[in-house]
Amino acid sequence: MIQIKIAVCIKQVPGTTEIKIDPETNTLIREGIENIINPFDAYAIEEGVRIRERSSSEEVEVIALTMGPPQSKEILKEAISVGVDRAILLSDRAFAGADTWATSNTLAKAINKIEDCRLIILGKQTLDGDTGQVGPELAQRLNIPFIGYASSILEINRNKMKVKRLMEDRYETFEINLPAAISVVKDINTPRVPSLRGKMKAKSVEIPVWDANQLGADEDEVGLSGSYTQVVKIFTPKIKHEIKMIEGSPGEQVEKLYKELKELNVI
Amino acid sequence: MEIKVNKETCTGCNLCKKVCLYDAIEIVDGKAVINENCIFCGACIEVCKLNSIEITGLKEEQKDFSDYSGVCVYLEANGDRIADVGFELVSEGRKLADQLDVKLSAVAVGSSIEKSALEAFQYGLDKLYLIDSPVFSDNLDDIFAKALVQVITRYKPEIFLAGATWFGRTLIPKVAAILKTGLTADCTGLEIDKEKKILLQTRPTFGGNILATIITRNARPQMATVRPHVMEKKKIAQDKGDYKDRIEYIDIDEKNFKSKYKLLDTEKELNENINITDYDVIVSGGRGLGGSEKFSMLKELAGLLRGVVGASRAAVDSGWISYPHQVGQTGKTVNPKLYIACGISGAIQHLAGMQTSDIIIAINKDPNAPIFKVANYGIVGDIFEVVPMLIKRLKNKILLV
Repeated sequence: MIQIKIAVCIKQVPGTTEIKIDPETNTLIREGIENIINPFDAYAIEEGVRIRERSSSEEVEVIALTMGPPQSKEILKEAISVGVDRAILLSDRAFAGADTWATSNTLAKAINKIEDCRLIILGKQTLDGDTGQVGPELAQRLNIPFIGYASSILEINRNKMKVKRLMEDRYETFEINLPAAISVVKDINTPRVPSLRGKMKAKSVEIPVWDANQLGADEDEVGLSGSYTQVVKIFTPKIKHEIKMIEGSPGEQVEKLYKELKELNVI
Repeated sequence: MEIKVNKETCTGCNLCKKVCLYDAIEIVDGKAVINENCIFCGACIEVCKLNSIEITGLKEEQKDFSDYSGVCVYLEANGDRIADVGFELVSEGRKLADQLDVKLSAVAVGSSIEKSALEAFQYGLDKLYLIDSPVFSDNLDDIFAKALVQVITRYKPEIFLAGATWFGRTLIPKVAAILKTGLTADCTGLEIDKEKKILLQTRPTFGGNILATIITRNARPQMATVRPHVMEKKKIAQDKGDYKDRIEYIDIDEKNFKSKYKLLDTEKELNENINITDYDVIVSGGRGLGGSEKFSMLKELAGLLRGVVGASRAAVDSGWISYPHQVGQTGKTVNPKLYIACGISGAIQHLAGMQTSDIIIAINKDPNAPIFKVANYGIVGDIFEVVPMLIKRLKNKILLV
C-alpha cells in the first residue's frame, strides 16, 4: 500500500545556452533552440525516485507534474523514462502568462486533486524565469513547511523528514512534519540516464491532461489574469563591453596588471 | 484574454518569430500566427515595428490603494549583525521614497540586533520597526514570515524591498503569498513611473540574456528582492537627529511564534570560507587548474586581496573544491568588485553567475575562450606562471609598505 506519495514539479524551458543576440538589431535569435527539461528539475526527479528505491516495499509513488503547453508532455515522458511512476500534464490556454503566484495556484490545485501528497519536490529555480519563487509560494498556498536549497534528505517516513539545506555560509539540518515541500540543489544527487526499459515505458505511456475545468480553477485565478505581476517590457541588455588585453612576457603581463589594479584602487 | 495579430498591418516580416523564445509564432500566408505555446511574455509586442500584436481582454480592476504609503525595507540579520544588503536597500529605498515624496521605513527581525540595526539611520531612514527577541535567533522561515506580515499589514507600505539572499529567497515568497501580492525576484533596477506612481522592477532572465521590466498589478505592497552588492550603500550627511523617537519597538507574544521547523544542527565549514557572495574580491578556478591541490595557489592570491575562492562547475564536478564555492547558474550568483577567473573557459552558465562583477580579469591560455567576452582585462597565458608571479608581486608591495 502506498504510504508516501511524492509530487515532483517540473518545467519545460528553452535551452539558454543556444540563445544568441543579433548584434545589428540587438534582439534575440531563437532559431534552432531546443526545449529541454529544466536542468535543476532533473535533481528533483532523481531524488523522488531515490526515496522510492530506498524504501523496503512498494510504499512510495512518484508523480511528475508540469504546467505548460501540450508539447510539455515530452518532459513528462523523460521523467517516466528515469523512473517516475506516473505523470500529469496541466494544460489549458487559460494557464498561459502565469507569474509565480498563478503558477503556484495551478500546481496547488493539482496537488490537492491528486490527494494525500506527503512530499513535493522542485528544482531550486528554472533556467528561464530564474526566480525560485514557485516552491515557497506553493508551500504557503498548501499551508505546509518549505525547505529551500535542500542538499540532502537524511531520513523520511510518512509523517516526518530530516533534511539538510545549504545557505550561503552554512548547512542547516531541520526536522519537519510532512506534508512539506522542498527545493533541491545539484549537490543532492547525480541524475541517472534513462534505462532501455524506462524508454520503452515512456514511449507507450498515456499522459492524462488536466485543464482549468478539471482543476476547478476560475479563469481569474490562473494564467495572466490570475497573476499579480505583469511583464511590461522585454529588452536585451546594452552590452558596451571593452576588453583590454595585457600583452608581453608573463613578467610584463603581471607588472602591467599590477599597475592597472593599483590605478583602479583595488589593491 | 488573448493575444492577437492585426492581419491588416502585419507584413510577415518574421521579426516576432525570431525573438519568440517559446516557438509560439509561425508565419502562415505572409502573416504571423501565434500558437498555443505562447506564454504572453510580450517579447513580440516589443519588437513589432508596426504595432501589430496586442494582448486583449485582460481585466483591469481599479482598486483603491490610497491607504498604502511609503517604502519599507527588510533588514535581514545574520547573527546579531544586519547584512549589508539591508543597508544597500535603505540607500536605494531613500531614492524611491524621495521620488514618491513618502516616508522610508525599515523592519529588522532578529535577536540582539538593535545596535546593528541603528546603523540604518546613517543611510537615510525615517523610521525603524524593531522586532528583537531570542525567538528569532535561528532562521526559521515561518515565524520570520509571520513577523514581517504583521508589520506590513499594520503599516501598509506601498513598496517592500528585501535582499535576495538564500534565506530571503525562501522567506519573502512566503510573505508575498500570505499577503496575496506580487513579488519580483532578483531585481537589478528599480524605478518609479512618475505618472502612475508605481514601481518599475527590472530583472534579468534567461541567465542574464534578457532584461524584463515588471509591474505589480491589482495588489499592494509592490514587493521586490534585490541581490547583494547590486545597489550601492551610501551614507547621507551626518544625521544628528535623535534616533530614539524614530524607533518603534514591536513587542511580540512569544507563544504565538512557535516554529513548525525544528533546527537540529548548523554546520559551518570552519576551515574555509564558503560565503563567497559576501566578498569584494573573488578568485575563481576552473578546469584549467587540473587538480584540487592547485586551489591553494588561488587561496593565497585571494588571501592577499582579502577575498575568497570561487570555482567553475567543472572544478566542482571534478571534486577539486566543494559545491558552496561554485559560481554560476547552478551555484551562486556573485557580483564582487573584482573577479579573477583563472583557467575558466567561460561556459554561459558560469558567465550568468558572475558577469555583473565590477571588474573581471581573465587569465586563460586559450585566446578564444568565451570568458574574454565578458572580461575587462585579459591575459593570455599559463595560470601556473602568471598567478605565482602575481602573488609574488603583491607580497612585495605588502613588504614594502
